[in-house]
Order: sequence, then C-alpha cells, then structure tokens
Amino acid sequence: MARIVAILMLAFGVAFAIAPRAVAVEPDEVLADPALEARARDISRQLRCVVCQSQSIDDSNAPLAKDMRLIVRERLVAGDSNEEVYAYLVERYGDYVLLNPPIQKNTIVLWAAPLVIFLGAGASAAFYLANMRRETEKAAAAAAERDETTA
Amino acid sequence: MKRLILLAPLTLFVVLGGYFAIGLTRDPARIPSVLIDRPLPEFDLPPIEGFEKGFASDDLRGEVALINVFGSWCESCVIEHPMLMEIAANEDVLIAGLDWKDPNGGGARWLEKNGNPYALVGDDAQGRTAIDLGVTGAPETFVVDRSGRIRYKHIGPITPQVWRETLKPLVEKLKEEGEASRG
Repeated sequence: MARIVAILMLAFGVAFAIAPRAVAVEPDEVLADPALEARARDISRQLRCVVCQSQSIDDSNAPLAKDMRLIVRERLVAGDSNEEVYAYLVERYGDYVLLNPPIQKNTIVLWAAPLVIFLGAGASAAFYLANMRRETEKAAAAAAERDETTA
Repeated sequence: MKRLILLAPLTLFVVLGGYFAIGLTRDPARIPSVLIDRPLPEFDLPPIEGFEKGFASDDLRGEVALINVFGSWCESCVIEHPMLMEIAANEDVLIAGLDWKDPNGGGARWLEKNGNPYALVGDDAQGRTAIDLGVTGAPETFVVDRSGRIRYKHIGPITPQVWRETLKPLVEKLKEEGEASRG
C-alpha cells in the first residue's frame, strides 16, 4: 500500500515537473522574430503585473498585463535594449514593477538582512559551542583531579 | 556582556516584527505613484462616441484639475459616480475623464445613463495613456496643478470622506498656490 502511494506521489511530481508552465501570452502577441520574442518573454517574466501583484506579466491574463506585454514587444521592435524596456516601465510604475528589486539605498536593508542574520546566527552558534567546550573541558579536568585524589 | 548577547534574539525579533508589522499591513494594491510632482505626460485623446471634443494634456493648462480614470466595465466607478456629479455641480474644479479601454461606445452610453460630470472626456481605447500615467486600475483620480504637474493620485473610488478630507483641501491649496505664483 505504502509503495503504491509512493509511486503515485512520484508520478504526480514528475508530471508537474515536466508539464509546461501556464503562460498568458496569446498567439496574436507573439513576435515574428524568435530572438526578439525570446527576449520579450525573458523581460516579461521580470515584470510585475500591477493588477494581480504576485504574478509576472508573462503569467497573468489581466488585460493590463496584456497591454504591458504588448508595450514590451513594441519597445523591442523599436530597437530598445532590455534595460531601456525596464526603464520605460519603471518610469511609469516605479521600481514596484520589477519583480527583482534593484540594490539601492532604500532596498539595502532588504538585501543585507539575510546575510546579517546568517552571520549573526553563525557567530552566536560559534560563541555557544566555544562556551560548551570550555565547560566540558573544565568538567573533565575536575573529574580527572578527583580521580587522582581518590587513587 | 553575556547579558547583552542573551538579549540579541529578542532585539532581533522586535526589529523584524516592527518591519513586518508595517510592511504586511500595507494594502499592496496601493502602489505609490512615481509621477507625483512630475509633469503630466503628454497625450491627445480623441473624443468618445457622440462627443465633439476629446481630451489632451494641453487642455488643462492653467487649471487645477482632477483627471478621473473610468470605464463602463468598472464596477467601483458606478459607486463613485454620484460623488463626481456632486463635485461637478457644486465645486469649482475642472474634472476631466479618461475613458479607459471602453470599446464600442460603452463609455458614452454609460455617461448618458449615469450623467456626465466631465468637462472633457478622452477615449483611451488602447490604454496607452493609462499606462503612461501608471494607472493600475479604475477608478483612479489624479490631481493636477496649474503648471501641469501631477500632485496627487487617489486609487479607488472618491468617497465623500476622501473628497472632504483629502482632495478638496488639496485642490483649494493648489488654487491659492497658482494665484500666488501668477500675481
């Protein structure tokens, strides 16, 4: 029984892993040039849908996300670099539109926090372990002394 | 020294708790506009069906104005509409409407049914001007000063309270500001 469950779970896992991710890009949006289209998809995955918030515009089927996808493609066709496309939308919607927040003054806490917490945890763990070793050494020494005196 | 180290986890908890208390209770739908204090983007929108005049950014020159983003498909706009009608009837401020992605004369029919508070209405069928304005949903209302700069953006319907406490005082302040710089 357990084996059947395990096999089923594995099968589901594999199915989810290999299933194509649902995307919202509609056929009429796709650019004729595959290289440009690939860049457009890449950029779209980095841009937040401002209506649905937790989705990229590549994943969202909100009408505004569609408009933004079309703008991304339009800018690319007009010869913009990827950075220029991002800048175009940031100018209108702010850094919020980027799913990957840039490292700058107001995000430094956000980016530094994991490192600070990691180092802090490491330091306190080292401190704790060193303390423990001192305690056991002291106890061992005391025990040895006791042994000597009793012997 | 040892005492202090023992307090570290608690301190960390309080600091992080403080950040989360602020960050997680903010309404994520209220994205602050980056356009505040920047000039209104230029646009020249055609009229909606049955109207003679459209709405261009230049039309607002020298006026303190509200730009209201609406659509006949927008449910909250119906709730907001009586308030706009009241402002249009009783207050001295220009209200311009941006009919956002409203194909087949939907906006015109909607205004006919509910009344038209707008001195100017533009048809943003492609939604490009809305994106230039950083619009995330309807209704949204921008307050523009006499020099054509965006000074405030309100997301969601204008309730009597929002008008009384936020928009009206701002409009009055901007009018005085304009007078002073002119005189």
